[in-house]
Amino acid sequence: MPDGQALVETRALIKKFGSVTAVDNVSFTVERGEVIGFLGPNGAGKSTTMKIIAGFLEPTSGDAFVAGHDSRRDPIAARRHLGYLPEGAPAYPDMTVADFLGFVAGLRGLSPRQTSRRLAELVESIDLAEVWNRRIEALSKGYKRRVGIAQALVHDPDVLILDEPTDGLDPNQKHEMRALIRTLAPSKAIIVSTHILEEVEAICTRAIVIARGRKLADTTPAALLAMAPPRDPHVPQLVKTTPLEDAFRHITLEQTGV
Amino acid sequence: MIFRREFAAYFATPLAAVFLAVFVAVSAGMTFFVSSFFERSQADLSTFFTWQPWLFLVLMPAIGMRLWAEERRLGTIELLMTLPVSPWKFVFGKWLAAFAFAGLALVFTMPLWITVNVLGSPDNGVIFASYIGAWLMAGAFLAIASCISALTKNQVLAFIGAVIVGFLFVMAGFDLVLAAGRPWAPDVIVQAIASMSFIGHFQRITDGVFEASALVFFISLIAFALWLNVQILDARKAA
Repeated sequence: MPDGQALVETRALIKKFGSVTAVDNVSFTVERGEVIGFLGPNGAGKSTTMKIIAGFLEPTSGDAFVAGHDSRRDPIAARRHLGYLPEGAPAYPDMTVADFLGFVAGLRGLSPRQTSRRLAELVESIDLAEVWNRRIEALSKGYKRRVGIAQALVHDPDVLILDEPTDGLDPNQKHEMRALIRTLAPSKAIIVSTHILEEVEAICTRAIVIARGRKLADTTPAALLAMAPPRDPHVPQLVKTTPLEDAFRHITLEQTGV
Repeated sequence: MIFRREFAAYFATPLAAVFLAVFVAVSAGMTFFVSSFFERSQADLSTFFTWQPWLFLVLMPAIGMRLWAEERRLGTIELLMTLPVSPWKFVFGKWLAAFAFAGLALVFTMPLWITVNVLGSPDNGVIFASYIGAWLMAGAFLAIASCISALTKNQVLAFIGAVIVGFLFVMAGFDLVLAAGRPWAPDVIVQAIASMSFIGHFQRITDGVFEASALVFFISLIAFALWLNVQILDARKAA
């Protein structure tokens, strides 16, 4: 694949669940080196959009491409380029970390030698040595999340889709997770969903704001900040908010008509 | 890969041991006490095999209910379905693991086979064919259970659904079911329903009439249920 071509592209994605439109005409592209922050209230359609790109759900209409492969017509090729961390970092509780990652690597088509080399790298970069032979059910949330990331990185994919990778982590773990995403960023196209706003400032090169299934903004974090309505210095703030929060509330509440 | 993980998963909990113990105990109990194995003074295993369809009706859904329902509950189905692997391989691998587990359960009843050989001289060919037939019938129950398990994330629902569908197949040859259809349905349909009977096919094998059609029946039913299983997984993507 030539450089410069988008690694992820969605064209007019629409997803309806019955009469509810979860994703409404969402189009965007992500190139190598970009980290996209998916921002939006709960239930905005972030996870659904990610599931469609990952090929777990089929869109009602529209197309999603991963590394140039149509996720619907050529799913196997698209999935080879993709690492996906589903919401909540699911894994088999009865397996050890080593077994689980070996299992995923095997299904990803890595040879036993490639697997052991790759897992050795991941133990280092994701810091899993301490829990390597522990069952996943016995892991803390932070470690579980890391196992989820490791699982998505086993085959060193071009595209990484992480659904709320820092959800439920303590501040130190959040910091580590963000540092990890930053180190991965230059060689990949990464989409991260979050509702933590400072995360966008910390790691993302671009932010896409979604509410009620619609894309409301697609811009740099700095430009997002500029969308914050000016504050009236004479009105005392009951709840302290950051400028980014103001921008987020301004964009999402305006659209939903609250 | 999938087969290995799934097969190992059965042994990750004490469930496997409990299941095997229950299966062997109930099989033997039915054979000896309910069917009066000793009073019959015949060295064969027909009293053992008579009970297998009824035992499988409850026990096979218990093995098969977790196959997909658990993946849904854990959310790991999202991992599986986004790997560059065709859903066919998952469906088949999971079923194969359950099938192998059922085979293992049957192997544990083989002391009975040895016993009748000590007591008399049974027709070992028929017993062997009956074991193969029982195993394939277990496979059919499991394929149905797997298929229904893909519809829900609730294992209890998957279990009940699989028992109900299995029950229809077991009862298909009985008058209870056929009488309901006879007054209005054309003969062909009644015949067709009767020919779906698990017990009918299984009995022909245990009676010593080693019919290829009975084997073909179970194998094609397995193939169809697994095909349906894949279709259900696919349909869920678009839902």
